[in-house]
Amino acid sequence: MRLMTRTRIVYALFAAVIAVSGWAINSPYYLQILTFIGINTLLALGLNMLMGYAGQISLGHGAFYGIGAYGTAILTVHWHLSPWLALPVTIFAVILVAFIVGIPTLKLSGYYLGMGTLGFGMIVNILFREWSSVTGGASGFVGIPSLELGPISFASAKNYFYLVWGFVILSFIVCHRIIHSRVGRALRAIHDGEKAAAAVGVDTSRLKLQVFVLSAVFSALAGFLYAHMVFFISPESFSFIASIRIVTMVVIGGMASVWGSLLGASVLTLLPEWLHAFSEFEMVVYGLILMLIMIFLPKGLTRGLLDMYERAGKKNDR
Amino acid sequence: MTITTKRTAIWIITLVFACLLIASPALSETAKAPYKIGGIFAVTGPSSMLGDPEKKSMELAIEQINAAGGIDGHLLEAVIYDTEGDPSKAVMGASKLISKDNVMAIIGPSLTPTTLAVMPMVQKAQIPFISCAAGNKIVQPIDPWVFKTAQSDISAVAAIYDTLKAKNIKKISIITVANAFGESGKEQLEAQAAAYGLTIASAETFGATDTDMTAQLTKIRQDKPEAIVCWGTNPGPAVLAKNIQQLGLNIPLYQSHGVASPKFIELAGSAADGVMLPTGKILVTDLLPDTDPQKKALAAYAADYKKKFDTPVSGFGGYAYDAVNILAGAMKGADGDKEKIRAGIENTKNHVGISGVFNFSPTDHNGLGQDAFVMVKIVNGKWELLK
Amino acid sequence: MQEFLQYFFSGITNGAIYAVIAIGFSMLYNSTELINFAHGEFVMLGSMCMITFVGAMHLPLVPAIALSIACVTAAGLIFERLAIRTVKNPEHIVLIIITVGASIFLRGVGMIIWGKDAFSIPPFSSHPPLDIGGARLLAQSLWIIVIFLLIAVGLQVFYKKTLTGKAMEANAISKRAAWIVGIPSRLMVTLAFGLSAAMGGVAGVIIAPVTMCSYDMGTMIGLKGFCAAMLGGLGSLWGALIGGFLLGILEAFGVGFVSSGLKDATAFLLLLFILYVRPGGIISAVDVKRF
Repeated sequence: MRLMTRTRIVYALFAAVIAVSGWAINSPYYLQILTFIGINTLLALGLNMLMGYAGQISLGHGAFYGIGAYGTAILTVHWHLSPWLALPVTIFAVILVAFIVGIPTLKLSGYYLGMGTLGFGMIVNILFREWSSVTGGASGFVGIPSLELGPISFASAKNYFYLVWGFVILSFIVCHRIIHSRVGRALRAIHDGEKAAAAVGVDTSRLKLQVFVLSAVFSALAGFLYAHMVFFISPESFSFIASIRIVTMVVIGGMASVWGSLLGASVLTLLPEWLHAFSEFEMVVYGLILMLIMIFLPKGLTRGLLDMYERAGKKNDR
Repeated sequence: MTITTKRTAIWIITLVFACLLIASPALSETAKAPYKIGGIFAVTGPSSMLGDPEKKSMELAIEQINAAGGIDGHLLEAVIYDTEGDPSKAVMGASKLISKDNVMAIIGPSLTPTTLAVMPMVQKAQIPFISCAAGNKIVQPIDPWVFKTAQSDISAVAAIYDTLKAKNIKKISIITVANAFGESGKEQLEAQAAAYGLTIASAETFGATDTDMTAQLTKIRQDKPEAIVCWGTNPGPAVLAKNIQQLGLNIPLYQSHGVASPKFIELAGSAADGVMLPTGKILVTDLLPDTDPQKKALAAYAADYKKKFDTPVSGFGGYAYDAVNILAGAMKGADGDKEKIRAGIENTKNHVGISGVFNFSPTDHNGLGQDAFVMVKIVNGKWELLK
Repeated sequence: MQEFLQYFFSGITNGAIYAVIAIGFSMLYNSTELINFAHGEFVMLGSMCMITFVGAMHLPLVPAIALSIACVTAAGLIFERLAIRTVKNPEHIVLIIITVGASIFLRGVGMIIWGKDAFSIPPFSSHPPLDIGGARLLAQSLWIIVIFLLIAVGLQVFYKKTLTGKAMEANAISKRAAWIVGIPSRLMVTLAFGLSAAMGGVAGVIIAPVTMCSYDMGTMIGLKGFCAAMLGGLGSLWGALIGGFLLGILEAFGVGFVSSGLKDATAFLLLLFILYVRPGGIISAVDVKRF
């Protein structure tokens, strides 16, 4: 289905903003933060498709993030593959894992699904830590190469910024197309009422599995980009805490909202930087903000702030 | 949907412009008179017992240097960020120090994984870098810009193994923490065993937050080792000591320098008695003979630290203290030239520090040998020099 | 034989700890269908309060225990009032995130109040470890088991015999029906939180002498206690007992006969196993529910 003209304009505008920012900002630090936001957006986007649209919760997506990162690390360093070849191989591996994990797990629902994904995430994390001959163990994996494409080296902050955000824009378009297709409507049907959806002929288990795999692919892509950005990975970055952070990004940004993923990722990446001033109180403030946003804006920032805006508008009409 | 998209698009544009606004100072040049030195430590988080004293020691050292007039008339300014022990945050912190704060050199981080995460950036930026982390991988292979002040695991293991050999012990079991520190220790323990005539009967691990190791000890007991070597940082090794006492195992326990602090005795209580470990000399300053080259420096540091922060000194803080002083020594006369500073560090000889007496060279970016350690034994809740 | 017995004792020592934490999870789920991710932090608060009252303020044991439990219960009630009740139209996912935020918040508070160091307190009684067939068992472990059994029996009596307990169970089965017969559902939820927090406090109090207490002790122990609760059957008191002990024993034997590196994995492998084979847990007290 073709994208509507208005949407096209929005995406073109977004791409323009990215291009201008990349050109104007020279400080590697700021470029790096924005690049991190991009990677986190990919993570949030993937999980949003699963949680927001299909209504399934996953507390273990840090594992897929990690498999993406470790996958490319192992393939490029131990097996000397080119990173551009490692990418499809890693994605394929992740698809396999997601299938194997998804089939039994998605039969569960509610808390049980969350717990199943949690268990999976923890086991994968322990694997990263214990299988030291392959992953480098708790000491981490060094020496991941930078990305190059012909004459262009992506080792510079600016080029990597463009690379990551290029992927983000592509992912946005892919998700947008899915959402506005038959598949997307079927997904939302599952979200609103699985039994009813099944009653009208939606193949719920197959669709849930497909979305699960898709979300895993996004996470693995983010892992790939992360690994080739910092050249060093260790199990801590893909732990239970990482999984919770991804869920938080989705929920805060706004579920079932593609742009919400961007907002959630931005807020959660920038928040620790802003909270530096609080030093000792950082954890307290972080937890407090999480709770407050959930209590007062339970649909996430996107919907919540828009609601506030609209309500204010209505008041003025009175 | 269209209205929402438009509005959200406005949000995004606003967000990006906000970022640009914040970025605009970054687009301008910054060059000021005080010499800025960056520090990244695990001030909070599970390794805060390393990062917190290190941050404080760095501040103390800089205060002392500034009180003496600074470096060639330039005062030192510390810019310190918290990594929380997280490699990603360490990378962001280092990035900030290099691009936003334009520091002349970086001290820290506290842990090996965070150091390894930051190293590629430091190598690319060509900035002098002195880590306070223990891992050998940091200085092997040697990178011209990367140094470290923490004593190496190689020497710690050698010190323990020397003692074991002297006691004619042949069969041991090792139990290590499942983190970077424990892994590095395990690697060294296994690598050096044969050279000292030791066989490792069993190698167990435990999690950093585990509260019971009786199962591992039961397994170890079956192998009937003559000694147990434990490698970790508090509180795990204290739990292990308590478990050994609880199970009534009569096997001598050796710990790593990771527990070289009064906290270990506090946590292990009566189970600490009889435990032997290598430690930097700061722990037993009063027990050292007056002829020891480090004694004066150690006593001064302990007194100054206690006066300023009202808490007792720790060996970990010493790494940062040494790093700053070595850096300051190299900065004299270098006039802010990073390559000159780097060369200055590399050629530092006979620097009497807290962690030991440093002798750097192009092939040794740690500068410490086995003499940085002394073996101690805990007797009646107090430290005693062994031998 | 000695080894086998020692593994068993290690297992029931840890198992009792998991069971006592699992009870708090199960209890709350039983009454409100909510999983409190911050429960591990309530346990932490209980332990740290004991450290302060016994270690720093040198209060005698019984008042210190009572005070600690009171503090944690108060914290639980405040949490319910401010963070749970104020949510309009609570979806489960929202409540989960709130409890996650609460766990981070409480951990931060713990870090500020007690610092980052670890602490320990002496066991309740100064008995030397018991020697049974060559294997050693700490006296404190027996305390934990005994107290746990007392709690389990007490809760059972509360739910089945007292009016309040029956009202709470009724509220859990159907809020509407309970409301029709005059049971104040808001009060029931508050009570459930208070009771669950108190359970967490008790857990913290009795495990303080055997664990190293620090501000971040709650995370892993909470997760494992939760696995134990699911293993035994979420919502079932005896399930918490079975789940906890089973987990502890399997962990200990796993270390002994397989590998110590995979100790943590035991809990989660068991979790996955029970979810795929019998999601309700060993004692399927509740039906597998949808979001």
